[in-house]
Amino acid sequence: MPKDMPQDMLETLTRLITGQLHLEGPLLPILQAIQAELDHVPEQAIPMIADALNISAAEVHGVMSFYHDFRSAPAGRHIVKICRAEACQAVGGAALADAVLADLGVAWHGTTASGAVTVEPVYCLGLCACGPAAMIDERPVGRIDAAGLKRMIAELDQ
Amino acid sequence: MKIYLSQDSAAKALGAEEVAAAIRTEAEARGQEITLVRTGSRGMIWLEPLVEIEREGIRIGYGPMTADGVSGLFDGSAPDLGPVEDIPFFAAQTRLTFARVGRIDPLDLAAYEAEGGLSGLRRALEMTPEAIVEEVKASGLRGRGGAGFPTGIKWDTVRQAEGARKYIVCNADEGDSGTFADRMLIEGDPMALIEGMVIAGLAVGATKGFVYLRSEYPDAIAVLRAAIARAEGAGILGDVMGSGRQFDLEVRVGAGAYVCGEETSLLNSIEGKRAVVRAKPPLPAIEGLFGRPTVVNNVLSLATIPVIFEKGAGHYAGFGLGRSLGTMPIQIAGNVRFGGLFETAFGMPLGRLVEEIAGGTASGRPVKAVQVGGPLGAYLTPGQFDTPFGYEEFDREGALIGHAGIVVFDESADMRAMARFAMEFCAVESCGKCTPCRIGAVRGVEVIDRIGAGDASAVPILRDLCEVMRDGSLCALGGFTPYPVLSALDHFPEEFGQQREAAE
Repeated sequence: MPKDMPQDMLETLTRLITGQLHLEGPLLPILQAIQAELDHVPEQAIPMIADALNISAAEVHGVMSFYHDFRSAPAGRHIVKICRAEACQAVGGAALADAVLADLGVAWHGTTASGAVTVEPVYCLGLCACGPAAMIDERPVGRIDAAGLKRMIAELDQ
Repeated sequence: MKIYLSQDSAAKALGAEEVAAAIRTEAEARGQEITLVRTGSRGMIWLEPLVEIEREGIRIGYGPMTADGVSGLFDGSAPDLGPVEDIPFFAAQTRLTFARVGRIDPLDLAAYEAEGGLSGLRRALEMTPEAIVEEVKASGLRGRGGAGFPTGIKWDTVRQAEGARKYIVCNADEGDSGTFADRMLIEGDPMALIEGMVIAGLAVGATKGFVYLRSEYPDAIAVLRAAIARAEGAGILGDVMGSGRQFDLEVRVGAGAYVCGEETSLLNSIEGKRAVVRAKPPLPAIEGLFGRPTVVNNVLSLATIPVIFEKGAGHYAGFGLGRSLGTMPIQIAGNVRFGGLFETAFGMPLGRLVEEIAGGTASGRPVKAVQVGGPLGAYLTPGQFDTPFGYEEFDREGALIGHAGIVVFDESADMRAMARFAMEFCAVESCGKCTPCRIGAVRGVEVIDRIGAGDASAVPILRDLCEVMRDGSLCALGGFTPYPVLSALDHFPEEFGQQREAAE
């Protein structure tokens, strides 16, 4: 156990891990519970999870790094997912993404300097009949153009 | 006044929540009593947000509605679309799997029962497991996730397998671009999925089910969790309808890995492992989740089970053609005028779906190519538009129907870029277990870039690479990525610096 971990963090992680242990195959639910509360999965959680599940820390790290959703560092205050998949490409999704990334001055997976927004690529939001599509935090956005999405992003935190 | 408004995430993406708030505000300002029922979507996405007002028992449509247009609903000035079910796109459908979607509040069990829900389960409870499986076999239902394997045969294998514990796993990891039927079904009629999974449990002797639902669908996750809680409260789950037979259901949320749509990697994911593909055999039906016999079915396959038991296998098998029986919820997407979900019997020619049902391109420019079956599906051209929509019929064209998503592209599409994207996507999403997929996809991007730079000698290398990926990959991700790549190359050779052959 890392000695430098604050007591409240230790308690939080312990609670989030033990809260899932009754499930069959609890590893993904544990990682999801931690990320839902802390916005990322801190490094200190890895040995604690490994301990609780009686697997190696390498296995936990292997699982965490396999899935696109899990982060080892906090993201921006908001996450904007822009669909890159074919149906959105058919209606100008690629140009929309390029314009928004350029406007924010970030690349895919990047976070703006203000820490307000992280932009992630997503391969289909199931909004294929109303593309180009995006998701701002958990809010779906359809038939959006670059100007509209930039405006919605600018309105975040206001 | 009874008002219906979709809460499907496509409707929300187009402003349904703003419309709902405006309806409540307007009704309050006018002191008018209203009942606002939030439903799933009718599937006519170009009309969303679609408001329906019930007049003398008939639901009249207004859409696409905006918050500003809401006052017109109350003073009668809003232009209407007539009865919603008479709109040609809707009237031309045969809705079996989606019969209730868009009509009812997805969590209203009384409405569910009033529209035929639970009658299939009640019938199945009177039947032996063998008889349940025979009924599914007789319906001709084939797996709707893409592979098209007969559902009844899969169930029979699990039924006969020895196991102290068996599982029903619903594959709701709908990652294919251009597909959204699973999402719409779960958001619009989750009870049908639950009922179908309970019947599957009765058939094979499974007592536990998992729905593996992708994290990109937060609305569907919330609706399904609420529906499961309702079903538990109503005694549909748990001790099934007081029969003494147990079935419990749990939602597992994915973590953004496309490959989890492959059934064995999905099982690994539920088990808490890296979602790498397993070699088959053993089949999941024999050694599936946690090594136990497991039925893995797509959302649409399981959600179609209740109507098969409600109306009889013969009724269901009465639709379709050849070995593709019943109906398919076809998803029409991309550059189209009328995008949405269109459930119809198998057999409709692709061209009719694209030109007539979808109304051609939204941009008004000619159709260049149509990708059917998601990112691993082939591109078809208008020259192939007489192909009937069916498993074998598409196979003969070197294509697949997959999960029945149709993505339409107009003439502005850059087919070399689409082929490159297919390889890039495969490289991003490869689970890494087998070499042809893991390495091949990366090399595929490079080879297509060489072709783009004018090196025509790289074309045979691309074909060779595709052959290796197709024949040597462990699952459909690496194995089917050549479909879009080669179909783009074959149909549009000039975009790869090749001469078009005179015969074409």
